[in-house]
Amino acid sequence: MQTYIIRRILATIPVMLVVVLFVFSLLRLAPGDPAAVIAGDYAQPGDIERIRHQLGLDEPIITQLVIWLGRLAHGDLGVSIFSNLPVTKLIGQRMEPTLALTLTTMVFAVVLAVPMGVLAAWRAGTWVDRLVMVFAVAGFSFPVFWLGFLLIYTFSVQMEVLPVQGYKSISEGLVPFLQHIALPTVTLGLVYMALIARITRASVLEVLNEDYIRTAHSKGLNPRDVLWGHALKNASVPIVTIIGVGVALLIGGVVVTESVFAIPGLGRLTVDAILHRDYPVIQGIILIFSAAYVLVNLVVDLTYTLLDPRIRY
Amino acid sequence: MLTADTHAIALPAAEPTIGYRLRRVLRRHPTMIFGGGLLLAMVLMAIFAPLMFTVDPMELNPIQRLRAPAAGHWFGTDMFGRDIYSRTVYGARISLIVGFSVSVLSTGMGMVIGLVSGYNRTMDAIIMRVMDGLMSIPAILLAIAMMALMSASVKNVIIAITIPEIPRVVRLVRALVLSLREQPFVEAASAMGASFLRIMFRHIMPNTLAPLIVQGTYIMASAVIIEAYLSFLGAGTPPDVPSWGNIMAEGRTYVQIGFWIILFPGICLAFTVLGINLMGDGLRDTLDPRIARRM
Repeated sequence: MQTYIIRRILATIPVMLVVVLFVFSLLRLAPGDPAAVIAGDYAQPGDIERIRHQLGLDEPIITQLVIWLGRLAHGDLGVSIFSNLPVTKLIGQRMEPTLALTLTTMVFAVVLAVPMGVLAAWRAGTWVDRLVMVFAVAGFSFPVFWLGFLLIYTFSVQMEVLPVQGYKSISEGLVPFLQHIALPTVTLGLVYMALIARITRASVLEVLNEDYIRTAHSKGLNPRDVLWGHALKNASVPIVTIIGVGVALLIGGVVVTESVFAIPGLGRLTVDAILHRDYPVIQGIILIFSAAYVLVNLVVDLTYTLLDPRIRY
Repeated sequence: MLTADTHAIALPAAEPTIGYRLRRVLRRHPTMIFGGGLLLAMVLMAIFAPLMFTVDPMELNPIQRLRAPAAGHWFGTDMFGRDIYSRTVYGARISLIVGFSVSVLSTGMGMVIGLVSGYNRTMDAIIMRVMDGLMSIPAILLAIAMMALMSASVKNVIIAITIPEIPRVVRLVRALVLSLREQPFVEAASAMGASFLRIMFRHIMPNTLAPLIVQGTYIMASAVIIEAYLSFLGAGTPPDVPSWGNIMAEGRTYVQIGFWIILFPGICLAFTVLGINLMGDGLRDTLDPRIARRM
């Protein structure tokens, strides 16, 4: 068990190394002159040289790699081309809203989607099931930002019950925080909910056919206990897996959602970085988000043993 | 006598023809027909865009700007007075071209890499480490990073969306190859002296096609959405090409006074993705023989 945990943690190192190398080589393998593309159409003659020097592109490639890895090891993600501030500082400033939105969305989606999926499986073939499945398919089909605008238009412009945009930190009070984060959470959560509900339904449906479920029923157990205690518990491994894998979806969505609701988080930082073609910032954001994704899935892998004692390593 | 008997037994067990199976599937999967129909409608709309009572999607008309949907402009006009209906109809072209190209390119490249990975242990170790790393970068962020380094064009958008989709295809093909190469028919072929290439392309590859087609439809759906995200974030197709993502990106600042600008392209996009997804679900049930048997 202990060796497994250590092995699993060590296994994230090559994955992150590939991410780092990929992000590194992307800038070097890009077609044309990346310094010229980053400088943009209105670049002054000196700009391209300055950017090339700032990105270290005027050094031999091996030297570049060694310098880049050395800096990363010290937690240095470079300096923004546009604002000249360290990327770690920029990311640190924008971390809180993104973290808050991601967490509220995860809670919102899991709390609603898992019971929806269980209910659909329990009542398979009925209208309840159909409704959940229609939701699960439709939830995948709408672009996140479009849903966001639809919600803003309905609840903020027409009904005027919620603020249109913006973000209030939880330190400014729980009520304003919730008011501001409600619509972004629903917007971002729908895709994630659709994914979780779909997998929950499928895995609970499979477990419901098992012999031990019939045994539990024939013992005269309360059907509700069988459903939530026996069925959901045994179906939990794929559900937890998809919650982890779906975080990738959430990360992509959070960038778009923040942009819709003018939330000053990492997503907005990304959009600003795109606008200025600020590659060091984009690079830093990718590394942070990929690390978060790898970490979440590490935690998911480690919870398997808690959820299902049959799993031994 | 003996031949007659075996004949009599063999007949009822004969496989139904493909045409019959297809008709039966269509009857049993109304949602697949609905999905396919939606997609077909969008494809026809894109092809025959000039005949769909459209005007020039780029034509500026400052007097008619931000008009609500009415008889002259079915979907209203945007802040430059351009006709949203025409832009939406023409926008279908870009979204569908991007979706289809990404789907074909990523399944094609993923299949080649997956076949190599499934058959060569040394290559497998390297390829799978690279794919694991690639998969840990969220697709949209990877596409954004690539677009930041390339000029905005439809071709580059296709490249930027294709690369993040490849690892999923590679994983699928590799898993299929690993199980297929242990099958008796592959053993039989190699016992008969079939060459490596023949086994690969005559025996293994055809068996990966059905799951790949299903995967390809899902990739197409996600590519259409990612294209819209990229355009929305300002890292997508250039502003002079009307795509659904572009139209909505331009309309975002006018949500409160001109909601129709983003409403209609969004509906079209949602129906297209819905259509592709429903078709994918139907194809999965049809092409995956294990599930199809249970029908």
